[in-house]
Amino acid sequence: MDQLLQHILNALILGGTYALLGIGLTLIFGIMRVVNFTHGELYTFGAYMMFMFVMPLQTNFFLALILAVVLGMALGAIIEVVLLKPLRGADIDTTMLIMIGAWIAMQNMEQFVWSGIAKSIDNPFPVEPLVIGAISVSWIRIFVFVVACALIVGTSALIRWTKLGKAMRATFQDTETAALMGIRINSVYIATFAIGSGLAAAAGALLGPIFVVYPTMGDLAALKSFAIVILGGLGSVGGAAIGGFILAMMEELGAGYISSGYRDAMGFLLIIVILLFRPTGLFAQKERIG
Amino acid sequence: MAFTLKSYALAALALVAVSWPAQAQDTINIGVSEPLTGAVAASGNYVVQGAKIAEDEINAAGGVLGKKIKLIIEDNKSNPKEAVATAEKLIVGDKVPVMMGAWSSTYTLAVMPKLMEYGVPMVVETSSSGKITTSGNPWIFRISPTSEMEAKSFGTKVGQFGIKKADFLVVNNDWGRGAAKEFAKMLKGKGIEVGVIETMDAKATDLSAQLAKVKASGGDTLFITSGVEQITLVLKQAKEQQVKHKVITTGGSSSPNQLISQAGAAANGSNHLLFFAPWFPETAPNPEVAKKFVAEWKKRDLNFAGLTEGFRGYDGIKTIVAGIKAAGKADPKAIQKALWGVKVKGVNGNIAFIKQGPAGKESAQNVPNVYIVTIKDGKVSKL
Repeated sequence: MDQLLQHILNALILGGTYALLGIGLTLIFGIMRVVNFTHGELYTFGAYMMFMFVMPLQTNFFLALILAVVLGMALGAIIEVVLLKPLRGADIDTTMLIMIGAWIAMQNMEQFVWSGIAKSIDNPFPVEPLVIGAISVSWIRIFVFVVACALIVGTSALIRWTKLGKAMRATFQDTETAALMGIRINSVYIATFAIGSGLAAAAGALLGPIFVVYPTMGDLAALKSFAIVILGGLGSVGGAAIGGFILAMMEELGAGYISSGYRDAMGFLLIIVILLFRPTGLFAQKERIG
Repeated sequence: MAFTLKSYALAALALVAVSWPAQAQDTINIGVSEPLTGAVAASGNYVVQGAKIAEDEINAAGGVLGKKIKLIIEDNKSNPKEAVATAEKLIVGDKVPVMMGAWSSTYTLAVMPKLMEYGVPMVVETSSSGKITTSGNPWIFRISPTSEMEAKSFGTKVGQFGIKKADFLVVNNDWGRGAAKEFAKMLKGKGIEVGVIETMDAKATDLSAQLAKVKASGGDTLFITSGVEQITLVLKQAKEQQVKHKVITTGGSSSPNQLISQAGAAANGSNHLLFFAPWFPETAPNPEVAKKFVAEWKKRDLNFAGLTEGFRGYDGIKTIVAGIKAAGKADPKAIQKALWGVKVKGVNGNIAFIKQGPAGKESAQNVPNVYIVTIKDGKVSKL
């Protein structure tokens, strides 16, 4: 029983960051329809920025977190303007190839700048975990969970209720009509990509201090993000959030009670099963036809 | 125009073809395949740093057979597929007569068929899976201990740890699973109960599920086999989840000083099986060799934490060069034959090979020394 409770607690905390990765990608992949292979690198970039600010520069941990997210958004905006803007209207394969190139270039750049050896980041939270009966959790994981949930709620609210969110939805539903209605669609493209990238950077900056930071850390994160987005349904922020939690729960319980060696396989197995029955994902928005 | 371009290209090709062997004759090339990036990058980089110390030392003393040696170092990216590609490149492209590699058992096992195919010997400096020397590959010369040797050596001291029930958390590859098998066998032989054997993907960073299971098993000791990056994560997360087990790491890749700096208080009380104890070089079987190596490492301002891994590269290259010297020529077959007879005073101890594996196609295995150290209050002490 204690073991089960511990597994469920672990899955909740892990799910928060999976959800964060998932909603960042669902904005870009689900709404903008850009197959964003740089998502994992933005995650890595966020973690390295956190490392740079906290370790060599000795910046305050919480300030570093904000700076890492802001720089992640800036990098996302640059990628949009430099790489994607000239490709508006190009077919999906061209964009995909460019993004694969950007992914490889960014990963090698990280390796060049910070070397392949893993880095660790100090954090200001107490070393002793919070103990509730037989289960325990570290303070930094609680912090990460809370911040992740706040970002998820914030992003959903942004898309649903703000003017920018409305403009985003309008632009990606019908770009030409949106432009005719006076929406500055270029700004909307940049903003969407920047927000999605910022969320990935936030996930990296939050998880960097829990784990270790190295150039290829984004590969598995990107793979899981794609899985979460597809599981939740393209473009559905709520779906991506729930998808993140489902994936974490499946991995945690699968590893705990079936086989830890196949931990990552459990999640993907579940995705295959769900897609067999719901090919558009769990919470896909209805596609408009015509 | 097309004709001129073509002839230029041909001329350039011819030039390359002519200059290639001329260049190759100035030095004797030694191929090195190590993980310089990816999941176990720290260890691979340390091994290469040690190998370079051996290279410089040998060249400063005049090289071997009147020629300088040159290490051609390739990054196998912590990936068995890449390891095969590096071996192919080193053997076919650079025409190295001998190589060293490939750190993990999984990478080494992946490379082994290439050694058979091209007939090139490889000194294995790190891998510990039993399969490497028992699968009938006569091109393998392993200087690191097998998991079985490590377990047996640990078995002589197991009484000091008062273990009643042991659990395992090992990396899910040939190295980790092999270590779990051999250590579990040894412990059972001593009448110690074995609890859960959990595995983790080499790239996994979140090990909370495995640790929750270890915690619930009710054991008192946790054996961990992986690289220093993953051991760091296990120690940190074990503390978060209040896993009270006494920790013992196997495989010699725990770089305790790196654990102290990266895992902090979570590293306290952990024990580590190592094949070199650089804190006490005077206790090594060849104290002069060990002291000199540590002094050179420090002179180069390399990370002290890397010494427990770096010595492997040094001993490996020393062994290879002794083989080349005894062979009298830089020829793969001659080096293979000569390596069987080498006696090298290495940092770990005296290196010499015994036969392992099926008769007629035996692999060579060294019998190295094993040390156990403990981390106490952020410092390393000898057990």
